[in-house]
Amino acid sequence: MDEKTNTLLKASPEQLLYAKILEKGMYFGLLILFITFGLYTFGILDPYIPLDKVSEYWSYNVNDYLKHAEIKAGWAWLGMVKYGDFINFIGIAILAGVTILCYAAIVPTLLKNNDKVYAILAVIEVIILSAAASGILAVGH
Amino acid sequence: MRINDNLWAMMLIGLFSLTVWVPPAFAEASAEAAAGGHAWWFWPIILFIVTFIMGILAVLGGVGGGVLYVPIISGFFPFHLDFVRGTGLLVALSGALAAGPGLLKMNLASLRLAIPVALIASTCAIIGAMIGLALPTNIVQIALGATILGICILMLTAKKSTVPDVPQADRLSSALRICGVYQEASTGEIIDWKVHRTPLGLGLFVLIGIMAGMFGLGAGWANVPALNLLMGAPLKISVATSKFLLSITDTSAAWIYMNKGCVIPIMVVPSLVGIMLGSFVGVRLLKIAKPTFIRWMVIAILAFAGIKALSKGLGF
Repeated sequence: MDEKTNTLLKASPEQLLYAKILEKGMYFGLLILFITFGLYTFGILDPYIPLDKVSEYWSYNVNDYLKHAEIKAGWAWLGMVKYGDFINFIGIAILAGVTILCYAAIVPTLLKNNDKVYAILAVIEVIILSAAASGILAVGH
Repeated sequence: MRINDNLWAMMLIGLFSLTVWVPPAFAEASAEAAAGGHAWWFWPIILFIVTFIMGILAVLGGVGGGVLYVPIISGFFPFHLDFVRGTGLLVALSGALAAGPGLLKMNLASLRLAIPVALIASTCAIIGAMIGLALPTNIVQIALGATILGICILMLTAKKSTVPDVPQADRLSSALRICGVYQEASTGEIIDWKVHRTPLGLGLFVLIGIMAGMFGLGAGWANVPALNLLMGAPLKISVATSKFLLSITDTSAAWIYMNKGCVIPIMVVPSLVGIMLGSFVGVRLLKIAKPTFIRWMVIAILAFAGIKALSKGLGF
């Protein structure tokens, strides 16, 4: 196998960087999620909705659930992380947010390689995912 | 690799046992926390068991966990479709996050192929999620049922091409330099791949993204045929890139559902652990199982869940 083929078989630097961040973020997010779920179900942190009441809410549609449980949508959970149920959102947010970080991280590498088109595509993806994460794209039934 | 997998499996079993099977308040909760005739831990445990089986079947049947999760859980569990879709996206997302790094490092998932496709699919998944959350539940349920039955037909009829013949790369894929090289492990052959029909493929991902966001299904069932049969990427590259793509497509839709409030942790964690553990076991059973039989079984289960979703949506 010649050297050129050997090089082509390997993942590009930006791909490896993306993989590295994705892997660390995934492990970190899962670890946080398991720990916080333990805090929740062991009763170490009191939940906002008691465990024996959760089943009263999960058959509602989301609007009725929010209304009956008096929960605000969007990032309001950040103000409720003192509760055992809402602290779980930290791990979930890490898992859902790591991709944004991966995209942002590869932009300098793409620019360094003069890959302007892909750098622009990556920046647009960061903007789109950030818009989704920000909660500005709200909808309702 | 095996030690790593075993470690993960043991960690997951341990954590889940600790957190759900033996909570200290178990005894008192069972007496007074009954709701709908069951204690609070009843449905999470059933959810864990069902998703565990689902994880096994998903691997053996060659489908993603998300596509099984939404129709089955929404059809046969007391949870509202809003929460099932939110959880389904997180389940599919976690599976994709777990597989993504390895596939990228092995250069089987192609970032160059994924970036333009993901941009379209993730944008449209946001639109799909917004449509799905704006429509009345029964309409979404009917559309979900019809989609699931469509997936069954696709699974029955779609062919696969290990290395499709791509005589010439189209202008767009040439400009974006979407191509690569990989070594087929079974034969040692070096395969030089490129893609064609890129504008058409990207157009198809508009629809795939909308459906992924609208139903919270994940979209591996549609990604692979689009990348492999339409765009001409080799099957292994298509499967790996599709799995990685889900980590981006599902991220965008998951945020919409999460910001809307469609995430209940007591549903998410048992589902996630169940699917992951089931997948570990499924990979081991792959050596002895009969994949054709399992695939037929998965199609039958999906068809049943699709009919159930349709009938639920139609109010029967």
